[in-house]
Amino acid sequence: MNDPTLFGLCGAALVGLGLYGLLCQPGALRKILAFNLIGSGVFLLFGVIALRGGGVLAAAGRGIDGDPVPQALIITGLVVAFAATSIAVALLLRLAETSGRTTLENEAPPAPSLPGERASRPDGES
Amino acid sequence: MRLALDILTIVAVSLGAIFFLAGTVGLLRFPDTLTRLHALTKADNLGLGLVVLGLLPQVSGPLSALALLAVWLLALLSGSTVGQLLAGKAAVPDPDRAPTLTPGAGASHD
Amino acid sequence: MTNALIVDAALALLVLGLALWVIATRAAYRAVVGFVAYGLLMAIIWVRLAAVDVAMTEAALGTGLTGLLLLGAAARLAPYETAEFDRRPGRGLRVLIGLLCAAVTLGLAAVVLLLPAPAPSLASLVADNLPPTGVGNPVTGVLLAHRAIDTLLESVVLLPALIGVWSVAANPAWGGRPGSLPRPPASSALTLLAQVLPPFGILVGIHLVWNGADDPGGKFQGATVLAAMWILVLIAGLREAPALRERRLRVLLVVGALVFIGIGASGIWLAGAFLAYPEGYAKPLILAIEAVLTLSIAATLGLLLAGPPAGDRPIGTTS
Repeated sequence: MNDPTLFGLCGAALVGLGLYGLLCQPGALRKILAFNLIGSGVFLLFGVIALRGGGVLAAAGRGIDGDPVPQALIITGLVVAFAATSIAVALLLRLAETSGRTTLENEAPPAPSLPGERASRPDGES
Repeated sequence: MRLALDILTIVAVSLGAIFFLAGTVGLLRFPDTLTRLHALTKADNLGLGLVVLGLLPQVSGPLSALALLAVWLLALLSGSTVGQLLAGKAAVPDPDRAPTLTPGAGASHD
Repeated sequence: MTNALIVDAALALLVLGLALWVIATRAAYRAVVGFVAYGLLMAIIWVRLAAVDVAMTEAALGTGLTGLLLLGAAARLAPYETAEFDRRPGRGLRVLIGLLCAAVTLGLAAVVLLLPAPAPSLASLVADNLPPTGVGNPVTGVLLAHRAIDTLLESVVLLPALIGVWSVAANPAWGGRPGSLPRPPASSALTLLAQVLPPFGILVGIHLVWNGADDPGGKFQGATVLAAMWILVLIAGLREAPALRERRLRVLLVVGALVFIGIGASGIWLAGAFLAYPEGYAKPLILAIEAVLTLSIAATLGLLLAGPPAGDRPIGTTS
């Protein structure tokens, strides 16, 4: 096993972890965080591919190793991910402001003073 | 001469690493926010300073040395500001933040 | 080689541990703090993957600005959290989801292990075609010459994102000042930081853009630093955020994409293709686009962080 493979496996694990968080965490902010983890894992996989495709530029004396095309796309992706995250956060804050909840259920939640009722309904689908 | 500079690098960077280690242990083990801040900022100031000092003999030119020094000074500036802000928060508990910033709910997990 | 592998393995384990923390910890605020630490370690991984430009973007944008955005949201949403936790899926469902996610991870891991042995690469193509652009940094060359259409679409897509953020505002607030930035109580330390740091930060931002032509760096990294300096000044309360109906502000937001499109369209006549640069003028045109685009991107990123308008009242009095 070499370094890029190691980080590639790390990226695969990050996608799995993020996916689990996205599905299992009921809070929308946690879902946004988990989604960022998934994106990060995908970028890492892409970065590993970029490193494997490198070597040519270093041989040509350009100093930087790695395939610049995927790297440029990762930078583009990071910027778009930030833009998407900011929209999601704005929507979430507005949701909390107008409806008083931060989860994505369709039905209105019961009054917050009765936590026992909610505990009996385990399924929080989104 | 080269050897002496290399030895200086090794000693200074190792000392810096020890400061970081001590600061981290302090951050995890000290009882309240103010003492933890003390440990953290000590690690930042002295640890990073020693690492930068150790790296100075290894840089290629005066511009790189200036860049390293700038990194240290900027870290000092931001670190001391954040320390001030957190200490202010810790001294005057804010009802909004209390559940998330109270000492004990922080990083002191085993 | 083995030493490097040990360090890399430790790095990967730390990152995975922090990712686990982000997913599993109870309080969202702590999860966000973990996410920031995660992002900084991720930047080190990018350096290890020989992608210094990506490392800078990750540290500045993926960690710095995103971290600030999420910290602010987590602090404001903290009162809702206990209600969230009770709505978790049941244990059986969680186990099932965990198994399926593990299957996804295994599939991706198999893909990583079975990647084709002579890796497909566009690097030699870029290396051959970099000299005509006059740019020394291959990533910048790809962003602004070879795949300029991607960069153009991206700088345009930031604008709908910003409009999307603005559009969640309440009706009477439309066109007012953005209101999502935290406004800590006035403190001399923060004021000092907001007065001392921006000159250096602006210098660093311009340096990153200028250097990006030949060395790691570029407009996104530079624009992020510029946006961060602006946000710092706004948070410290030294300046009020501009009202979003201001015409000068809106011109600033779109001028980068407009100049990019204008130069790209003129390429149809001068160089025979959209976004093609005429012979010998590639470098100055790229620099011109970078300069204007940096300002627009910095303003857009800053306003994305500043959030939807909250009316014309001073920020501290809302909510």
